[in-house]
Amino acid sequence: MQRPIASLLAGVALLAANVCAEEVSSLRGHAVTDDSDTALNKQTLALPGGFAVAWEEQPPMIPHPIDKYSVDLRQNGCLKCHSPATYEANKAPVIADSHFFDRDGNRTQKVAARRYFCTQCHAPQAGAMPLVENVFQTR
Amino acid sequence: MSDTNEPKHTSAKQSKSRKTTLLILLVGVAIGIVFWGGFNTAMEATNTEEFCISCHEMEVNVYQEYTDTIHYTNRTGVRATCPDCHVPKDWVHKVVRKVQATNELYHHFKGDVDTPEKFETERFRLAQNVWSQMKKTDSRECRNCHEFDSMDYTKQENRSSQGHQDAEDAGLTCIDCHKGIAHSLPMQYDPEKDAPGRSEFYTRLQDPHADTSTTSAQE
Repeated sequence: MQRPIASLLAGVALLAANVCAEEVSSLRGHAVTDDSDTALNKQTLALPGGFAVAWEEQPPMIPHPIDKYSVDLRQNGCLKCHSPATYEANKAPVIADSHFFDRDGNRTQKVAARRYFCTQCHAPQAGAMPLVENVFQTR
Repeated sequence: MSDTNEPKHTSAKQSKSRKTTLLILLVGVAIGIVFWGGFNTAMEATNTEEFCISCHEMEVNVYQEYTDTIHYTNRTGVRATCPDCHVPKDWVHKVVRKVQATNELYHHFKGDVDTPEKFETERFRLAQNVWSQMKKTDSRECRNCHEFDSMDYTKQENRSSQGHQDAEDAGLTCIDCHKGIAHSLPMQYDPEKDAPGRSEFYTRLQDPHADTSTTSAQE
C-alpha cells in the first residue's frame, strides 16, 4: 500500500519538476474542483444530532448543507444560528469559548478574526464513498 | 289630469329619455372599460421584471444579486420575479404600493442611488424599510406562495422542520429568519442582533449614515 503511493508521489514530483503543475494527478485522477467529479454533486448529508467527534478537540463536522450561507466580508451566515446571542432561539450548538481569543490570548468581543472563517476547520460531509480504505479508530 | 289626456306623448317622451339614459350608460360603460382596462394594463406593465430592471439602479445592484439565488434559478424552474415579492397581489394594496413608488421615481431621477457606492451607502436603510414592511404585513408577499399550512414538515430537513414549527408556534413571520435570501445583506447587518423574535432591524435608524463605516460582523 505504501510503496505504490510513494513511487506515485515520486513520479508526480518528477513530473511536476519537468512539466507544468497542471499535470499533477490526484488520487481522484483529476482536480478536486473538476465539475465532472460525481462526489461534488452528491448532496450534503443532513444528520440530526451531528457527527460523532473522532478525537478530542476535533472541530465538529457540519451536519447540514451550508450552500445557502456565505462567509464573506459582508457577513458570516453561520453566526445567524451559532453565535452566543442566537443559538438558544435557533436550538443550535454555540461557538466554543476558545473562538473568542486572539493569538495573544486577549478576549475578543466578537468571534476572533482568526476564527472567523468557519469552514477552514469545520467541513460539511457529502454522502460519497471514501477513495481509500480508512482504518482510523475513533476514541 | 294631464296624465290621462296625453298618455301617448308622455310614453314617447319617456322612451326617448330612457333611450338617452341607456345610451349614456352604454357609452359610460364602454369608456369605463377602456379606461379601466388601460389603467390596469399600464399598471401591470410596471409590474414586470423588465420594467423594474429598466432602471440601472435595480439592474446593476439588486438584480445581479438576485440572479444567484433560488428565487431566480432552481430545480423546478419556478421563478419569483421582482413584483412577486415586492408588490402586493391584491388590488388595493397594489395601488397603494404603486403610489408609494412615485417616491422611488423621484429618487431615480434625482440620481440618489445611481452608483453602486451610493446604493451601498443607502442599503441598510432601504433594507430595513423592506424588512419592517414585511414584518408589518406578516410577510404577505412571501405567503402568496409559501404558507405554513401547505408545508409538509416531513419533507423538510430536520432543522427547517423544527424551525418552521417553532416559528409558527411563536407567531413569527417569514422575514424574521429569512433576511437576505434574494439580495446581499447590508454591511451593517449583524446576525447576532437578529435572533428570531428579538430582531433589532425593524425600526429605521435615527441617522441612517451613522453606522456605515463599521463592518459589525467582524472585528
